Amino acid sequence: MTHVLDPDALAGGEPTVGGPAGTPPDPFADVTRSDAAFRAFLHGLPGVDAVGAQQRTAVLGTRSIKTTAKAWAIDTAISMVDLTTLEGSDTPGKVRSLAAKARRPDPEDPSCPTVAAVCVYGDLADVAKEALAGTGIKVAAVATAFPSGRASRAVKLADVRDAVANGADEIDMVIDRGAFLAGRYLDVFEEIVAVKEACGPAHLKVILETGELVTLDNARRASWLAMLAGGDFIKTSTGKISPAATLPVCLVMLEAVRDFRAATGRQVGVKPAGGIKTTKDAVKHLVLINETVGSDWLSPDWFRLGASSLLNDLLLQRQKLRTGHYSGPDHVSVD
Amino acid sequence: MSDRLTVRKTYKLYLGGAFPRSESGRTYEVTDSRGHFLANAAWASRKDARDAVVAARAAFAKWSAATAYNRGQVLYRVAEVMEGRAAQFAEEVAAGEGLSGSKARAEVDAAIDRWVWYAGWTDKLAAVLGSSNPVAGPYFGFSMPEPTGVVAVLAPQRSSLLGLVSVLAPVLAGGNTAVVVSSKGRPLPAITLGEVLATSDVPGGVVNLLTGDAAEIGPWLAEHADVDAIDLAGTSGPLAMELERSAAGTVKRVLRAPAEEPDWGGDPGLSRLRPFLETKSVWHPIGL
Repeated sequence: MTHVLDPDALAGGEPTVGGPAGTPPDPFADVTRSDAAFRAFLHGLPGVDAVGAQQRTAVLGTRSIKTTAKAWAIDTAISMVDLTTLEGSDTPGKVRSLAAKARRPDPEDPSCPTVAAVCVYGDLADVAKEALAGTGIKVAAVATAFPSGRASRAVKLADVRDAVANGADEIDMVIDRGAFLAGRYLDVFEEIVAVKEACGPAHLKVILETGELVTLDNARRASWLAMLAGGDFIKTSTGKISPAATLPVCLVMLEAVRDFRAATGRQVGVKPAGGIKTTKDAVKHLVLINETVGSDWLSPDWFRLGASSLLNDLLLQRQKLRTGHYSGPDHVSVD
Repeated sequence: MSDRLTVRKTYKLYLGGAFPRSESGRTYEVTDSRGHFLANAAWASRKDARDAVVAARAAFAKWSAATAYNRGQVLYRVAEVMEGRAAQFAEEVAAGEGLSGSKARAEVDAAIDRWVWYAGWTDKLAAVLGSSNPVAGPYFGFSMPEPTGVVAVLAPQRSSLLGLVSVLAPVLAGGNTAVVVSSKGRPLPAITLGEVLATSDVPGGVVNLLTGDAAEIGPWLAEHADVDAIDLAGTSGPLAMELERSAAGTVKRVLRAPAEEPDWGGDPGLSRLRPFLETKSVWHPIGL
């Protein structure tokens, strides 16, 4: 695979990290100088070979991961899970029980790793924060009028500040897909910059909602847009729209973070979310990371799996490896 | 004979209402009682058994919650479709078991009658196996049978249709879902029964038919934590002992293997219904 952009072709010398707030890092500092310039830059990104992406992920999906490698993959996947509940019916009790599961995913086996984070709506972040105190498990909160993103910027920023004040360590924001699809890229960019500023110390994950962006070309443009605006993570989907996380989309996003690091020196994480339900899906994603961006991204700091039912399947597979016989849904907690 | 080419058949599994190949890709040759080739059958692996249990578990909620009346109608409909396929069943039974045409037809008739008989039991079980209990207090107490859950059935090896129906129908009549491992040497009637089930009103996943070796798949089903009961009808000797021992690890209900395969023609009574039913007793106050 060739890199999308050759940093040396665009700017000489060593890449430097970041610029003043709201300015993309070198060598891309001036691509946002005007709407037209930004559109020219994003549309100038090389097109994605959609058939090639599907072919590539289909081939990688057939890798056979067994025995000790499978055990490692399952534990790694568990440690990358953002255990999520994003329902209108969420209660403090449900969030606490989810937090308990995050701390000890398999109560029968203390060697089971903890998950990376618990992901909730902003108003319940304080409940999660309290329940996870002292564990190192992060609290992620969705904000900016999740999942549609249809609200004024003032409301979105207030939503973010509220979630951060409630103790969220990570903010999952949604981009304005309407503006993106209408071609108002600079609006989307500025909004992410504003949200990043409102986040303060909290990490920012930018949800692209690739199911609504339709094409892989758009997924690549949105990835670059989010990274240029300062997102710490790019995330595929809200989980409320189908299709959510697919392997080809994930491949395109992984290539984007790889090329972005090569160009600017800044590493951005990736989080596929929604639709990853089985251990096999999770392992396919791990294979995809290793083969696309290498082991630098094989850690919860740089890769997350947004999921709820996935964790139970990982635990069932883990129990199968430990006991030698198949387990069943009666042997994991119901969430 | 015309010079038409024979259509050689390679059958697949019946799993979750669909007909997939074995995950392993394996098949084996099925021969008649004299060793002549009949068809290829899928040779199920442990992963097929695992998938079958998932399908059976998913189907359990709906099937067990169906009213007894509805379940009876659905099962009766299966008998109707079997009747339409009687000639095909008879041919397969005759070839596999080495019976004459008339004897095979009698075997098929007995199997269909057996199915109808069990279909009639669905709405009578609660009356026969349940009770209102005498209690010394201002309470009313009653007991009723409920399905056990997912039942693994290792079907008889010799009687390929009557034997199969005799072990499968009672499991379904009680409201359980089933994962069946057919006779290894004589799987064709089981495969055709799968086609019958797929074209009747039985929801997908309620019955999952695996063709293959009970000695290979049986241990995985016996150890499986999500299988609630196992019928060892198609096993014997040390294998049956071993399966009983494995099943104990997850406290399964076990219907033990007979010393030798019985004559399935006799009246079965409740002997195969009762083992896959749990008795639930409820007390509630009266006069308030």
